[in-house]
Amino acid sequence: MNEKDQDRMKKLLQQALPPVKGDSEPRRDLWPAMLRRLDARPAARALTGWAWFDGALAAGLVALIVFSPASIPVILYYL
Amino acid sequence: MQNGESDVLNQFQQGNAAAFETLFHQHQRAVYFWILRITRNPAAAEDLTVETFWRVYSAHARFEPERGFEGWARRIATRAALDWLRAKKTENEISAEMLSEVAAPAEADPAVTAEIRGKTAMAFSRLPPKLRIAATLAVIEEQPQKDIAAALGISVAAVKLRVFRALRLLRRDLEKQGITP
Repeated sequence: MNEKDQDRMKKLLQQALPPVKGDSEPRRDLWPAMLRRLDARPAARALTGWAWFDGALAAGLVALIVFSPASIPVILYYL
Repeated sequence: MQNGESDVLNQFQQGNAAAFETLFHQHQRAVYFWILRITRNPAAAEDLTVETFWRVYSAHARFEPERGFEGWARRIATRAALDWLRAKKTENEISAEMLSEVAAPAEADPAVTAEIRGKTAMAFSRLPPKLRIAATLAVIEEQPQKDIAAALGISVAAVKLRVFRALRLLRRDLEKQGITP
């Protein structure tokens, strides 16, 4: 694809998906939702930054890489 | 950076809740707008703003006050938006109604019909999320490439490559549908 094709694609994309309006802002104050979120999630994870599913995911990834090294490029692609 | 601002950042880094609240109120609009640019979905952008600040709060100990808050929060927001794009089947997300709610009116090119615009939007939503984010911010939102690179945690060259790959995949998809851009 040459530069001309790229420019054509850019113009088409801008026609199909115009940019977001500059004055967009939240429709409500998000602080109450933030407080609910802080109350709902225990502080333990906030302190450690680590949860059981993070560990399970990491273990799964390591197992996949060990047993199927061919999957490494696919994993890197999706990272 | 002014002393007051620097104090707030240092206090936040130490886990001070009041400093976090101050930063939330100072930056929530900017974070929301950045996420909206990526997701183009106001409800999702609101939820992801809260998610972003949750991640910000969780990671306060790793925050480096001398590097500033905005860029750090934007990087976390971008990651949260990318997770959302990956989790969602977005083929049906981009509706005309949603676009008219958040998007500025485009200068209509009479050669581009509504059908072509619709098919282009749908094809774009089928792109891999990490390519879509780069193309959305660079081509549609026309953000500086260095800002995009910083938000994605990659180099400017990598941003250019992702945009190129996104446009090439988009073109192929449209060609399969009989549309020659």
